[in-house]
Amino acid sequence: MKLVVCINHVPDTETKVKIGPDGKSIDRTGVNFILNPYDEFAIEECLRLREKNGGEVVAVSLGGDSHKETLRKALAMGVDKAVLLKDEAPRDSFSVAQALADFIRGVSPDLIFLGKQSVDSDDAAVGMMVAEMLGLPSVSVAVKMEVDGKTITAEREIEGGHEKVECSIPAVITAQKGLNEPRYPSLKGIMAAKSKPIEEVQPTPAQPKVDVVAMKKPPAKSAGKIVGADVSAVPELVRLLREEAKVI
Amino acid sequence: MPAFQGVDYFNADELLSEEERLVRNTVREFVEDSVLPVIEKHNRAGTFPRDIVQKMAELGVFGATLPTTYGCAGLNNVSYGLMMQELERGDSSIRSFASVQSALVMFPIYTFGSEEQKDKWLPLLASGKAIGSFGLTEPDYGSNPGGMITRAVRKDGGFVLNGAKMWITNGTIADVSVVWAKLDGVVHGFLVEKGTKGFSAPEMKGKHSLRASVTSELVFEDCWIPEENIFPNGKGLKAPLMCLSQARYGIAWGALGAAMGCYDVALNYAKSRIQFDKPIASFQLVQEKLVYMLTEITKGQLLCIQLGRLKDQHKVKFTHISMAKRNNVYHALEIARIARDILGANGILDEYPIMRHMANLESVKTYEGTHDIHTLIIGEDITGIAAYA
Ligand SMILES: Cc1cc2nc3c(=O)[nH]c(=O)nc-3n(C[C@H](O)[C@H](O)[C@H](O)COP(=O)(O)OP(=O)(O)OC[C@H]3O[C@@H](n4cnc5c(N)ncnc54)[C@H](O)[C@@H]3O)c2cc1C
Ligand SMILES: Cc1cc2nc3c(=O)[nH]c(=O)nc-3n(C[C@H](O)[C@H](O)[C@H](O)COP(=O)(O)OP(=O)(O)OC[C@H]3O[C@@H](n4cnc5c(N)ncnc54)[C@H](O)[C@@H]3O)c2cc1C
Repeated sequence: MKLVVCINHVPDTETKVKIGPDGKSIDRTGVNFILNPYDEFAIEECLRLREKNGGEVVAVSLGGDSHKETLRKALAMGVDKAVLLKDEAPRDSFSVAQALADFIRGVSPDLIFLGKQSVDSDDAAVGMMVAEMLGLPSVSVAVKMEVDGKTITAEREIEGGHEKVECSIPAVITAQKGLNEPRYPSLKGIMAAKSKPIEEVQPTPAQPKVDVVAMKKPPAKSAGKIVGADVSAVPELVRLLREEAKVI
Repeated sequence: MPAFQGVDYFNADELLSEEERLVRNTVREFVEDSVLPVIEKHNRAGTFPRDIVQKMAELGVFGATLPTTYGCAGLNNVSYGLMMQELERGDSSIRSFASVQSALVMFPIYTFGSEEQKDKWLPLLASGKAIGSFGLTEPDYGSNPGGMITRAVRKDGGFVLNGAKMWITNGTIADVSVVWAKLDGVVHGFLVEKGTKGFSAPEMKGKHSLRASVTSELVFEDCWIPEENIFPNGKGLKAPLMCLSQARYGIAWGALGAAMGCYDVALNYAKSRIQFDKPIASFQLVQEKLVYMLTEITKGQLLCIQLGRLKDQHKVKFTHISMAKRNNVYHALEIARIARDILGANGILDEYPIMRHMANLESVKTYEGTHDIHTLIIGEDITGIAAYA
C-alpha cells in the first residue's frame, strides 16, 4: 500500500504570537513551531495501515528549511520517506493544495492523508482542495476508518454525531482527533531518522487566489464585573443582562 | 495553568541539534501524558508506578547511550541529559529509576561484563523485561564505600556472598542486582539474580523523600552465585566509581528539570496571585526570588550543555561531573524552597509539585556523593590535597 501524508509545521498553540512589522503575518521570533497536531493522527493512521498491509509511507511538507524539523519528527515516528516541497513564498490554501496535488500525482498513492486543518490559519480547506484537484473521493474530519480491499468505510464527525461513509480507493482522508492515539517517536527512531535523507523538490510557483491584507489580534477583554456573591444579586444580574448586555 | 514550554532564557536551544531538541520534546510530552497525571497519587501512597517501566522502555529510555545492537537508542550524552532533565521535571523517582537502570546497571554490564552477560542482560534491561539495582552503599559505609564489609569467597566453582547493602534503589523489584563486594580484599562486581538462595531485598519504609521510588536493603547470607556472575573486568573501587560518574552526569541534568518545574509553577502563581490589590509578581522581593531562580537555572543549563559536549568528545573529567552535580542539585533545592515560599500556604499542598520536588531533592543532594563530598573531590583536584580524613 502506498500512502502519502501531508504535514505542516505550525506555531505551537501554547505560544503567544505577535503580529509582525508588515501587519499581515506573525512575528516568528521566539515562536515555537511544532508538527500540526491533526497531522499526528494522519501519520499514525498511515503507520498502522502500513504495519497491517505493508507498503510505504511518504511524508510531504510545503515550506522552507524550517519544515525539515517536522519532517524529521515524521521520520522518527516511522514514515519511510520525507519530501520537502521547498518554497517560502506566501501561499493561500489553494496554492498549497496545488503544490501538494502536483506532487501526489507523481506518486499515485492508494491513500492520501492530511490533518483536518492546520492550527495556524485554520482554513480546513487544503485536504478537500487536494481531493478535488486530483479528482478523488474524500472523507473529511475522519474519526474512524477501515480499509477492506478497494473500499474504505469511515466515520466522520458531524454536528451532534457521526456519519458513516463508504468510498473507493484511491481517496483523500483528513484526520480528526480521535482517529487513533498517535505514538511518540521512539528515541531509537529519532537516531535512525538522523541518517535518513530529506528529499527536496521545487514546486511550481503558484499565484495565490487570496491575499492576506491585514492581521489583527482580537480586542483585549475588559475586566469582568462582579454584581454580587449570593441570591440577592440575581435581580440586578438579570437587569444588566437585559438592559446592558441585551442578551435576554 | 499554561502547558510547560521549557525554560530557556539564553537561547540555549540554539546550542542543541535538531535531534537533541526532538529527544527532549518527546520525553517532555511523555512526562506530561504518563508521569504527571499519576505521580502525586503514587507519591502519597509511597508506591512506584510500575506500569511506567514498559512505557519508558518503548520510548527507548533505558541504556539510551548504549549501542542499538543491544536494543538501545544510541543517543549522544547531551540527548541523554535532556531526557533526564525532562524525566525529573516529572519526579526524581522516575529519573532515579532510569538512572539506576541505565547508568548503574546497564553501563557496568556493558563496560565490565562478559559477552554472555551483555547478551543476556542488556536486551532484557533495555526492553524493561528486567529491572536492575546497584548495591554499593552499606549501613556503615556511605561516603566511604572503600570500607565495605560485604565479602565474596570462592566456593564450589562460584562465590559465596555475605554482608548487607542499604539504601538500594529498585532493590526489592530488581531481577538482577549489580553488587559490589570484596574478593581477596579487592572490590569486584557480581550479578545477583532475584530469588537466589541466601539473598533477600526487603523494602525500606518511612521515607519522606523519593516516595515514588523503591528503596531497599540487600541482605546476603551465604548466598552462592556461579562463576559466570562475576564481572571479568573492572577490579577495584574505580569500577563502581565510574558507574557513579555516569549516574551523576544524569543527575546534574535531572536537577535542572526539577528546578524548571518549580520555577514555572512559581512564576505563573506569582503573576496570578493577588495580595495588596496587586499580583505578588509586582513586588520587588518576589521578583528578586524569581530572578535568582531563572539565573541559576540558566547557569546550570549552560554548564550541563558544555559538560555533555565534553563527555561526547571523551574529554570530561569526573571532577567536571562533580561540579555540575554539586551545583545543580544545590540550586535546585534552593529553587524548590523559594518556590514554596512564593506559593505561600498553597506551596505546602500536593496540588502543586513543589514540596514533592523539594523533599526529593534532599535525597538527590545526598546520594551519588553528597554535596560536601563533591566539594572535597573538586577541592582535592585544584589543591592537590585530599581533605576527606
Ligand atoms: C533515596 C536514596 C536512594 C539511594 N540509592 C542508592 C543505590 O541505588 N545504590 C547505592 O549504593 N546507594 C544508594 N543510596 C545511598 C547514597 O549513595 C548514600 O546515602 C550516600 O553515599 C551518603 O552516604 P550516607 O547516607 O551513609 O551518609 P554519610 O556518609 O554518613 O554522610 C553523612 C554526612 O557526613 C558528611 N561527610 C561524610 N564524610 C565526610 C568527610 N570526609 N568530610 C566532610 N563531610 C563528610 C556527608 O557529606 C554527609 O553530610 C541512596 C540513598 C538514598 C537516600
Ligand atoms: C499549615 C498552615 C496553618 C495555618 N494556620 C492558620 C490559622 O490557624 N489561622 C489563620 O488565620 N491562618 C493560618 N494559616 C495561613 C497563613 O497565616 C498564611 O498562609 C500566611 O499569612 C501567608 O498568606 P498566603 O499563604 O495567602 O500567602 P501570600 O500572602 O499569597 O504570599 C505569597 C508570597 O508572596 C509574598 N508577598 C505577599 N505580599 C507581599 C508584598 N507586599 N511584598 C513582597 N512579598 C509579598 C509572601 O512573602 C509570599 O512569599 C496557616 C497556614 C498554613 C500553611
